Amino acid sequence: MSQPSFPGSAEAASAASADSPVTPSDSTSGPVDGRPGPSRRPSRNDRRGGPGGDVALPRRRPFGQEGVFRLFSVAAGTTVVLIIIGILVFLAIKAIPAINADKANFFTGFEWFPDDPTNPQFGVAALAFGTLVSSAIALVIAVPVAIGIALCLSHYAPRRLATGLGFMIDLLAAVPSIVFGLWGRDYLVGPVRTFSGWLHHYFGWIPLFGSDGPYGKSFLLGGIVLAIMVLPILTSLTREVFRQTPKMNEEAALALGATKWEMIRTAVLPYGRPGIIASIMLGLGRALGETIALALTLGGGFLIGPDIIHNGGNSIAANIANKFGEASDTGRGALIASGLVLFLITLVVNLIARAIVYRRRQFLGAAA
Amino acid sequence: MTAITAPSATHIQVRRLPFWAPYLVAVAAAVIALLLFKTGKLLGGGWVLTAVGAVLLFLIILGTASGVVEGSRAARNRVATSLIYSAFVLALLPLLSVVLTLIDKGRTRLDGAFFNNSMRNITAFDSGGGAYHAIVGTLEQVGIATLITVPLGVGAAIYVVEYGRGWLANYIRFFVDVMTGIPSIVAGLFILALWVLIISPHLSADGRPSYSGFAASLALAVLMLPTIARSTEEMLRLVPASLREGSYALGIARWKTIMSIVVPTALPGIVTGVMLAVARAAGETAPVLLVAGGSPLRNFNPFQQNQESLSIYIYEQASVASKYGAPRAWTAALTLVALVLALTIAAKLLARRNKLNKG
Repeated sequence: MSQPSFPGSAEAASAASADSPVTPSDSTSGPVDGRPGPSRRPSRNDRRGGPGGDVALPRRRPFGQEGVFRLFSVAAGTTVVLIIIGILVFLAIKAIPAINADKANFFTGFEWFPDDPTNPQFGVAALAFGTLVSSAIALVIAVPVAIGIALCLSHYAPRRLATGLGFMIDLLAAVPSIVFGLWGRDYLVGPVRTFSGWLHHYFGWIPLFGSDGPYGKSFLLGGIVLAIMVLPILTSLTREVFRQTPKMNEEAALALGATKWEMIRTAVLPYGRPGIIASIMLGLGRALGETIALALTLGGGFLIGPDIIHNGGNSIAANIANKFGEASDTGRGALIASGLVLFLITLVVNLIARAIVYRRRQFLGAAA
Repeated sequence: MTAITAPSATHIQVRRLPFWAPYLVAVAAAVIALLLFKTGKLLGGGWVLTAVGAVLLFLIILGTASGVVEGSRAARNRVATSLIYSAFVLALLPLLSVVLTLIDKGRTRLDGAFFNNSMRNITAFDSGGGAYHAIVGTLEQVGIATLITVPLGVGAAIYVVEYGRGWLANYIRFFVDVMTGIPSIVAGLFILALWVLIISPHLSADGRPSYSGFAASLALAVLMLPTIARSTEEMLRLVPASLREGSYALGIARWKTIMSIVVPTALPGIVTGVMLAVARAAGETAPVLLVAGGSPLRNFNPFQQNQESLSIYIYEQASVASKYGAPRAWTAALTLVALVLALTIAAKLLARRNKLNKG
């Protein structure tokens, strides 16, 4: 059909559908009126009276092609909701028998011996602690760097350069987590070991760095690797936030004689604060669920302590990956139960983040 | 008169550091850092800490010089600018390091045997062996996952953008966002509980739960679905309303408008989103590890028996204490990264040519 000859405005649509007289030169009235087939509706005008709008659309048959297509799209959309509910239900089905068999308290216990046939004992406390500590270290490292990069991309670097550099950051996001894990375990562990020794030597009086070794596969290593992995998402989200700053605010600050940094501090950062907080929460959600990189870089163990440079450490996700191979039935149930805890934690974090984003929808756009 | 205007005219000029000052300070800081920290071992003598020391020295010297000459506000501005740029360099270092390490360590086993052999009859302590079975597994699992996800994801996006009004559309959009944040291991556990432990015993001949490549595809599909739905939604929203109205004006049914006008217009963007989702799924380890089972043998049938994937292969080979394990793991990692990066770069290039893109 010759679509371009129709301007596509509402008047044109109503004119055609109401069979009003058209100029003889207007050739497009032909296909509309004389269109054969199921989509033609003889009684369209007595349904809702008004010209154009919804009435111009075929609505008569509930099970025609239109209905089937619509049903398919509703079903596809509903699948998403069903999957989330399904995750909760099926994890709970497999987790509850194991929790019932647990002789220790599941929420406060430290140890992980679910495969003992007579006396299975396991608890998620140490694992949850490890998950939170490694994510916290990751965020402490990644957030300032990500904000720096985002400011660089949005306000400092020339546009052409910023595109290329943003591309590099996106590539960082494409590297699979197993590769980061391997790199952290085989390469980064050396520098981190040296750095841990240095930290202990000069800052050993802080409990965080109190351990006198052995160093290496510690929360610090896991946290650094995790920081690299959440950096791209944090950067792309905060960059979107900073780009949304109204030009007027920036120019007003500059016109009052502010230096560039003062402009950033007084116009860009305050305006973007809710967006930054939401980005951090989304990054936290990523960090909490990261599995394989931590499985390779954390030393393992089930202790709770303030120290982050000593060999050891574990997280819920890493424990699942490490213990799954040798797990019996109860062991599998126990791992699923810990996975359920992880899911609930990330769900809460994500819900908070989304609540902030939805309140100020104009932020984050495509990046979220 | 002139006695008043002349001084004010000169006074309005701010004293500034010459443009070459930062470069000079950078060179000076590097030299001092090398002397103090590298040779003098003030910070332990490592390269990383030396570099950190050099950056700190640069900031201090430049800040002080600027503070003396230009005043404290300009000094703060200069320090902040330097910090922002150094954050950037800091982020590029790990990327560079990962790539260099990958090429360096992955080279050793980059031979024909690696791409033509499986690990059949090869224990961890034998040389040789390859990842043929793993590459096949990854391609099959990701392929099936894509076949499942693309109709569902695009369908969900079409509902949200084209049909959705009221609470259901809002809920679906919200849940798509929430679903993006599901940890990959939880997706794996979900398929483990639902498919491997509950459904697969009914399908297998001996009535026991069985791992399979298809289960891995399902787990990957759970991860890909929200990504594809989300990116498609963004793209569909960018299609100008005038195109839809033009089509309606010609009396074309709504579903046909969507399928032949809206979706084709948004197609490059949708394809980009799909490719990015595929790239991410190909690199996922945790869910596949839980439900595919892993196997040293070739298995072309994703519906029966354990199947290997590249990421499981890397994890297995990295975990064995053998001098042959690590090189195999690194070469497989190099293969995986090459695959994923190729997909990602292709997707980004496609996105750049997309006329709908906001830019």
